[in-house]
Amino acid sequence: MTAGPDDKPVSRPDTAVEIVGLNKWYGEFHVLRDIDLKVTRGERIVICGPSGGGKSTLLRCINRLEDWQTGRVIVDGIELTDNPKQIVAVRRDVGMVFQQFNLFPHLTVLENCTLAPVWVRRMAKADAEALAMKFLERVRIPEQARKYPATLSGGQQQRVAIARALCMNPNIMLFDEPTSALDPEMVKEVLDTMVELASDGITMLVVSHEMGFARQVADRIIFMADGQIVEINGPEGFFSAPQHERTKLFLQQILR
Amino acid sequence: MVVLSDNPQFFLRRSPAESLPPPKVRSGTIGWLRANLFSSPFNVVLTLICVLLIAWIVPPLLRFFLIDATWTGADRNACLASPGNPAPGACWAFIRVWFSYLTYGFYPLGERWRVDLFFLALAFGLVWLLWLSAPRRGLGAIYFFVVLPILSFILLRGVPSIGVARISTDLWGGILVTVVLATIGIVVSLPVGIFLALGRRSKAPVVKLLSVIFIEFVRGVPLITVLFMASIMLPLFVPEALAPDKFVRAWIGIAMFASAYMAEVVRGGLTAIPRGQYEAASALGLPYWRMMAHVILPQALRVTLPNIVNTFIALFKDTSLVFVVGIFDFLRTVEAARGDPNWASPIVSITGYVFAAMFYFVCCYGMSRYAQRVEVRLARRSGRKGR
Repeated sequence: MTAGPDDKPVSRPDTAVEIVGLNKWYGEFHVLRDIDLKVTRGERIVICGPSGGGKSTLLRCINRLEDWQTGRVIVDGIELTDNPKQIVAVRRDVGMVFQQFNLFPHLTVLENCTLAPVWVRRMAKADAEALAMKFLERVRIPEQARKYPATLSGGQQQRVAIARALCMNPNIMLFDEPTSALDPEMVKEVLDTMVELASDGITMLVVSHEMGFARQVADRIIFMADGQIVEINGPEGFFSAPQHERTKLFLQQILR
Repeated sequence: MVVLSDNPQFFLRRSPAESLPPPKVRSGTIGWLRANLFSSPFNVVLTLICVLLIAWIVPPLLRFFLIDATWTGADRNACLASPGNPAPGACWAFIRVWFSYLTYGFYPLGERWRVDLFFLALAFGLVWLLWLSAPRRGLGAIYFFVVLPILSFILLRGVPSIGVARISTDLWGGILVTVVLATIGIVVSLPVGIFLALGRRSKAPVVKLLSVIFIEFVRGVPLITVLFMASIMLPLFVPEALAPDKFVRAWIGIAMFASAYMAEVVRGGLTAIPRGQYEAASALGLPYWRMMAHVILPQALRVTLPNIVNTFIALFKDTSLVFVVGIFDFLRTVEAARGDPNWASPIVSITGYVFAAMFYFVCCYGMSRYAQRVEVRLARRSGRKGR
């Protein structure tokens, strides 16, 4: 690992996420090995690879849903440490969308969206609702605002989850396999929403197997296997001229 | 209608299948009877046995408690067998004569209006808080949890400096004691139980250890032991002047006991919440207490509502154990009244116990029914079907 002394800021203002020498173990199992990654502001990154390769774990380190043993993660110039203040500061700035949506079932769609703006950003309720409606319109489900999540389809729920994350005005969005739990006919509506988001210039890190999406929006594609970053490449190079044997094998298997 | 061959290689629907009403089920009284009571030979037998049982049990009960019952009288003689009444029924006259004792205990006669006022204030608060579509329920909660306790203290115990004479808790008794103990116990045990449950799941080792010790210690001993500890042991360590009132010690004991059980009930609910809920709330930047208050606890408490009410009901009935430390709760006053030499007789005892059973049943059944309604309503709200 090549990190400078702890008191010296490692990040530059145009760097959204910087990961240096990250290592993580689950017990004896080495899930993340020597991860170094720098994400520029506005960059769109798709992370793919075989399951169990550490993709989700890496993503979850960026807002400290996962803890790690060695290495540094700096998000928006804030280094993530055990200090809860810094963790909360990063999380306010980083939106996350989960595979299983994780909407709050006891709250309406609108309440799901306003919860964090009201209690974390201290926004007035009316303002938060206006903001939430704006984003619900953007994901094209404003008419569902008063309903409870259980009454919506999977695709609609995932779009609500995206709107909920956007309501915090994040600089960075993390997507953890956002379409894996969806029925096939609902994948497109969620991907369309994400493509639209990508064109707005927000920094995105997406763990996904949707290769069409990756080709369309990614600035860089990261291929991970066995807890390591195996290959980083632009979409053109990644699909037409993969360099590493592991990448070639993976692409053969999923593209057939 | 489209006719299909047995195993078509190719099929194309040319007219849409219409939406039809469901087939008619047998309805009306006869249909219901057939479907529910006489659907099979076995059920016919069961139904007949049940009818016979009811015919065997109910009429004698009615005769004893209503038809042959004695409603008026000044002492035991009214309820004893006499030539005019060879098989006397329940002695409601006894309850009538002793009713105010069963309600107030030895609370001074001239001050009993204060207890009545307390009952009224409590009933008002309960309705406001529990009536789900009542106006200004937030204000109702403030009334119940802030105004009512202060008001009750002034009314029941008295504050001499503002002209309300002080009544020693030794004089309290009957329904008053049972209601006060149960209400305070319920109101205290839920929040304390929640904190203990959160403490037990906390990552801070000291908080966790203290919560575990409290829960396991209190759960590990019988309530009677807790009451004895509170009433007899405590004064040995603390000078008499500093020790709280005997009554206060008893309710602290009960509240501690119920809190420990409540903690385990709530913990069960907390473990039922998927990890994704914690993660989604954390990822939004909600701090711990906000996450608990707005995301986790509302769901956990809903899951555990039946068990919470179960604990409330147990606590309500457990208040009858305070007699072991010399407090005259409702059941103890029934016990004392039936021993009165003017009244003592087997029928009077039976009547007294039946009356006590009715009181406890009405209160506990009321709690249970109310909880069911809340459950159905909560389930409907989140779009899932009730029950």
